[in-house]
Amino acid sequence: MSNNILNWKNNRDMFPEADEDGKPIVDLESQKYVKVWQGPNHPGVTGNMSLELTISGDEVMEAKTHVGYLHRGFEKLFERRRYIQCFPTCIRMCVPEPDINEYNLARGTEVLGGIEVPEMANWIRMLVLEMARLQVLLRMVPGQAGTMGLGLAGTWGLYYRELILDRFEELTGGRIYHMFILPGGVRGLLPDGFKDRLEENLVKVEAFMKDVDRLIYTNAVFKKRTKGIGVIPADWVDEYGIMGPVARAAGFERDVRKDYPYLYYDQLDFGYNIAHNSDVFDRFIVRRHDVDTTVDLIRQILNKMPKKGDIKAETPNVLHWKIPKGETIIRCESSRGEYLFYMVADGSIYPRRINLRGPSYTHAVAVLEKLLINANISDVSAIMVSLATCPPEIER
Amino acid sequence: MSIKDVIVPFSAWRKVFDKPVTIKDPINERPGADRYRGFHKNDLETCIGCGTCEVICENEAIDLVPVEGIETKDGDSGLRPRVDYGRCCWCGLCVDICTTGSLSLTNAYTWVEEDPEKYRFTPGVDEKPWDNEEKGWKKPEPNYEFYNLKRVTMEHLHPEERSDSFIEMVKGYSKEQAEKEADRCVECGICTATCPAHMGIPEYIKAIRNNDLEEGLRILYDTNPLPEICGRICTHKCEAVCTIGHRGEALSIRWLKRYIADQNPSEKYKTILNSEFIEKNGKSIAIIGSGPSGLSAAHYLALMGYEVTIYEKLPHAGGMMRYGIPEYRLPYDQIDKDIDYILSLGVKILYNTTIGKDITLEELGKKYNAVFAGTGLHLGRSTRIEGSDHKNVYQSIELLRKITLGEEIDLAEKMIVIGGGNVAMDITRSIARLQMKKYGKAGVIATSLETEDKMPADREEVVEAREEGAIVDPGWAPQHIEIVDDKIKGLHVAQCHSLFDEEGNFNPQCNLDNLKFFEGTMVVESIGQGMDLSYLSDDIKHELEIDKRGRIKVNEDFQSGLPWLFIGGDIIQGPDVIHGIANGHTAAKGIDTFLFKESK
Ligand SMILES: Cc1cc2nc3c(=O)[nH]c(=O)nc-3n(C[C@H](O)[C@H](O)[C@H](O)COP(=O)(O)OP(=O)(O)OC[C@H]3O[C@@H](n4cnc5c(N)ncnc54)[C@H](O)[C@@H]3O)c2cc1C
Ligand code: SF4
Ligand code: SF4
Repeated sequence: MSNNILNWKNNRDMFPEADEDGKPIVDLESQKYVKVWQGPNHPGVTGNMSLELTISGDEVMEAKTHVGYLHRGFEKLFERRRYIQCFPTCIRMCVPEPDINEYNLARGTEVLGGIEVPEMANWIRMLVLEMARLQVLLRMVPGQAGTMGLGLAGTWGLYYRELILDRFEELTGGRIYHMFILPGGVRGLLPDGFKDRLEENLVKVEAFMKDVDRLIYTNAVFKKRTKGIGVIPADWVDEYGIMGPVARAAGFERDVRKDYPYLYYDQLDFGYNIAHNSDVFDRFIVRRHDVDTTVDLIRQILNKMPKKGDIKAETPNVLHWKIPKGETIIRCESSRGEYLFYMVADGSIYPRRINLRGPSYTHAVAVLEKLLINANISDVSAIMVSLATCPPEIER
Repeated sequence: MSIKDVIVPFSAWRKVFDKPVTIKDPINERPGADRYRGFHKNDLETCIGCGTCEVICENEAIDLVPVEGIETKDGDSGLRPRVDYGRCCWCGLCVDICTTGSLSLTNAYTWVEEDPEKYRFTPGVDEKPWDNEEKGWKKPEPNYEFYNLKRVTMEHLHPEERSDSFIEMVKGYSKEQAEKEADRCVECGICTATCPAHMGIPEYIKAIRNNDLEEGLRILYDTNPLPEICGRICTHKCEAVCTIGHRGEALSIRWLKRYIADQNPSEKYKTILNSEFIEKNGKSIAIIGSGPSGLSAAHYLALMGYEVTIYEKLPHAGGMMRYGIPEYRLPYDQIDKDIDYILSLGVKILYNTTIGKDITLEELGKKYNAVFAGTGLHLGRSTRIEGSDHKNVYQSIELLRKITLGEEIDLAEKMIVIGGGNVAMDITRSIARLQMKKYGKAGVIATSLETEDKMPADREEVVEAREEGAIVDPGWAPQHIEIVDDKIKGLHVAQCHSLFDEEGNFNPQCNLDNLKFFEGTMVVESIGQGMDLSYLSDDIKHELEIDKRGRIKVNEDFQSGLPWLFIGGDIIQGPDVIHGIANGHTAAKGIDTFLFKESK
C-alpha cells in the first residue's frame, strides 16, 4: 500500500482535497478543520516531541511529527570527545534504556580498536541489557493503559520498576544512568548477595504481572480501546523498516538477539513473541510476553554466568586511545527493536562519526504520521505509545 | 470480550489492603547503595594535584585550584580538584582514572543550599557532612585500569654476556615498545616541574605516540643538548615523582628520551633542529671544562650567536660523563654523538689545556666577554684510616679515568672497594669485569657504612653488581688496612649501627664486638669527590664570596662576584648531569642578559 492518501481505503469525502502528489490541501478558513498540537508538553507524548494534528471533528486528517525540542546534537558532540568521554553523553540518547547506547558504543570501540572482552564482562553486559529491558517494559506494559486514562496499573508498575532500579543502583552506582559498560568490559562484578536480591525482585515482578493481566488484559475498556486500533498492515513492516515488538505484533519473527546473536544470546533458550492482528492490543500482548521472556532470560543468565573472572580487558590509555581507521555497524535488540550504531574512526582519539539508527526514527515519523490518518483524536496517544517512541533517536 | 473482562479489573480493590510502598523518610531510611555514585570526596594527603581527573571530565566540571596550606613541591602541584555541581553528571570517570586513588564518590545524594555558588566546591577542603562516609563509588578492582600500570620491560644483556665486557648493557626500546610505554603517560607534567632542566616530558612522550620523532628531538633540545647521554644515565628525578608510580610503575621516561635520540641520525640533526645558519653576534665566551654544564652553556650560547671556546684539561670532552661513568652504562660513541653536534654549531675545544697552568683565568677574563667555569669534582677523598696511604690504596675516580684513557690499571685477584654510592658500584663493576677478563673470575668486595636498605646506590646497581659476580656486603665501618711486609692483606671492619648523631650530623657509630675481615690485596676508596679550584688566584678569590664549606656563591643566573665569571655544575650545585645541564642553560641565558645590558 502506498502512502499516498488518495488511495486511502476509507471514504474520501471527509478528507481534505489533495493535490496531484497526494498532499492534502488544508483550508483552515473553511472551518472544516482544526489544527491541534499534541505535545511537547502533553502527558501522552513521550516528551521532546510534538504532533501537529489536523482534525475534522474527532478524526485526524493529517499528522505531522515535529522534533527539535532536545537541542543536544549528540552525534556532533561525539566528534569532539575522546571515545571514553562519549559515554556520559551517549546514555542521554535514551533515558529509559540508556544501556543499549553504552553497549553499542563500547562494542563499536572494541571492534574498531581490536579489543577482546573477558567472558565474565560479557555475561554481566547481557544481564545489564536484560535488566534494562525489564525495567522499561515494567513502565511500558502497564503504561499502555495509562494512555487511555487507565493510569492505575501504570502507577503500580513504577514501583516494580524501582525495584529493578534498586538493583541497578547496587550494581552500577546509578539508578537511571548506569555508566557501567565501558570499552573493554564493565565497571564491576555482581555485589555479594546480588543474585538473591534480584531473584526476590523477579518473583515480585511476576506476581505483579498477574495483576496487570487482571487489570488490563482482561479489561473490557482496554480491549475496546485497543483492538483494531492503529493497525499496521503486514506489508508496511519491510517497506518502512518496522522493528521489534511492533513488527512481531504483525506476525514477523524479528529480534536481533535471535537473528544476529551478539554477546552470548545464542547460548540462551528463548523464542519470538508473536501476534498477528498488528493493533495496539497485540503490541501490548507482545510486550507483555516479552516481560516473561526477559525475566526468564535474567534467570538463565544468572545461572549460566561464571562465578569469577576479569571485568575488563586491557585497553590503551583512554586519554589518547587512537582508534584505527575503519567503520563498523553494531546493533542490539532494545525494548523497542533493533538499535543500531554506525561508527567511523579516522585514526584519531576522537570518533569521526557515530550515527544512531533506532526504531523511533521510522515508527514515530513515517509510520505514525500515516497511522494517525483517520484515527480518533482520543486514540492518538495510545497509538503513539504502542509504537514505543523515543524522540532522542530521531533528533540526535 | 466477556463478562469476565468487566468484573476482573475490580480485583484492583484488593490492593487497598496492601502495605504502602512509599518510603516515608527517604533521607534517613534510604541511604545510597554501597557503590552509589554520589558526592565527591578527596583525600588531600594522597592527591598530588596531577589534574588527570580534570582532563577526563567530559563536562569540564573539574578545575584544579590552589589550596591554602598545600605547598607546591616535587611531586605535588599544590593544586586540588574543585568540582562544579552545575556541570557534573556523576559519571565517576574522574574516580576511575584518578592516578593516586585519592578521589571517590560517596553514597551521599542530598544537599540543599540557598546559594548556588556553594555547589562549586573543593572536596576535602570545603567541609561536607559526607567527608567521613566510607560507602560510595571507588575505582573498581581488580584488573580495571584506564592505562597500563606496568612498564614495558627493558631488555638488558644477560649477566653472562656482560660480566666480562664493557658493551652497553641496556638494549633500548623498539618502536613498538616505546609507543606502548609512551601510551601510559597521562600528561600531568608533574615530572616537568621536578626535572632540574624542566624538560617538556609529556610533550616528547606525546611525540613518540605520534611517531613524530623529529618533533621529539626538537623538544629535547629545547632544554637538554645531551639527550643520548641523559637518555642513558640520567638520575631521572622525573620518574621518582611520576604520578603513575603512585599505584603502578613509573613511566620509563629516561629510556623514552633515549629512544628519540637513538632514532634520529646525527646527519639530520642540523636540519631537524634548524641550526644550519646561526647569525653571529660578534661576542666571544670562554668555557672551562667540557662536562655537562660547560657543554650545555656552550650549546645555548652558540645558538645565540656567541663565539664559544672550551678549555679542557683532558684529551677528550665530556668530563665525568666520559671519565667517570663506565662505558657499559654510557658508550663513548653516544657521548660523541651529542658532543659532535654541539661542536658542529661552531663551538671550539682546546684539549689538554689546564686553566691555572697553561693559561690563567685572568687572561681568559681579558680575552673573552665572559667566562663560564664548570670544572667539576675531580679529586678523590680518602678514608684516612690506618694504612690508607699505602701505594695499593687507590681512588675510584683515578681508576675510572685510567680505564677511559685505555691505560692499564693495577689489578689483583682479590680487591676491596670502600663506598656504597653509585660511583662505588661503577668502580666495583668495572673491576669485576676486568678481573673476569684477566683471571676468568670476579673477586671484588664492596662494603659501605650504610646498611643495604640505606645504601645511596640505586637498587638495580647493587643487584646487577651481584649478578656480575661482585660481593656487596654493606653495613661495615672500615677500621684499618692490614699490611704485612709492605703488602696489603685485607680490610678490618666493624659493624656500623648508626650514621648520624641526634643533631643529624654525620657521626658513624660502630659495634666493636662485631668485627669482620675482608681479604684482599688492593683497596679502592670511593667515598666522594672534592673540587680542585687551584685555578682561582688569590686576587680572584678575593672578589668572590666563598662560604664556610668552600662553595663559591653565585646568583640565580650562576653569576659570581666577578660579573664576567659564571660558575655552575658540580662545584656549585650537582650532584648529577642534568643539574649540570640546567646550570649551563641558565648561565647561558644569564650571560646573554648580562652582556646585552652591558652593551647598552
Ligand atoms: C663515577 C661517576 C658516575 C656518575 N654517574 C652519574 C650518572 O649515572 N648520572 C648522572 O647524572 N651523574 C653521574 N655522575 C655525576 C656527573 O658525572 C657529574 O655530576 C657531572 O659530570 C658534573 O658536571 P660538571 O659539568 O660540573 O663537571 P664534570 O663533568 O666533572 O666536568 C668538568 C670538566 O672540567 C675539566 N676541568 C677541571 N678543571 C679544569 C681546569 N683547571 N682547566 C681545564 N679543564 C678543567 C675536567 O677535566 C672535566 O672535563 C657520576 C659521577 C661519577 C664520578
Ligand atoms: S586525578 Fe586524583 S591525584 Fe590527580 S588531581 Fe585528580 S584527584 Fe588528585
Ligand atoms: S563524576 Fe564525571 S562529570 Fe562529575 S566531575 Fe567526575 S568526571 Fe566530571
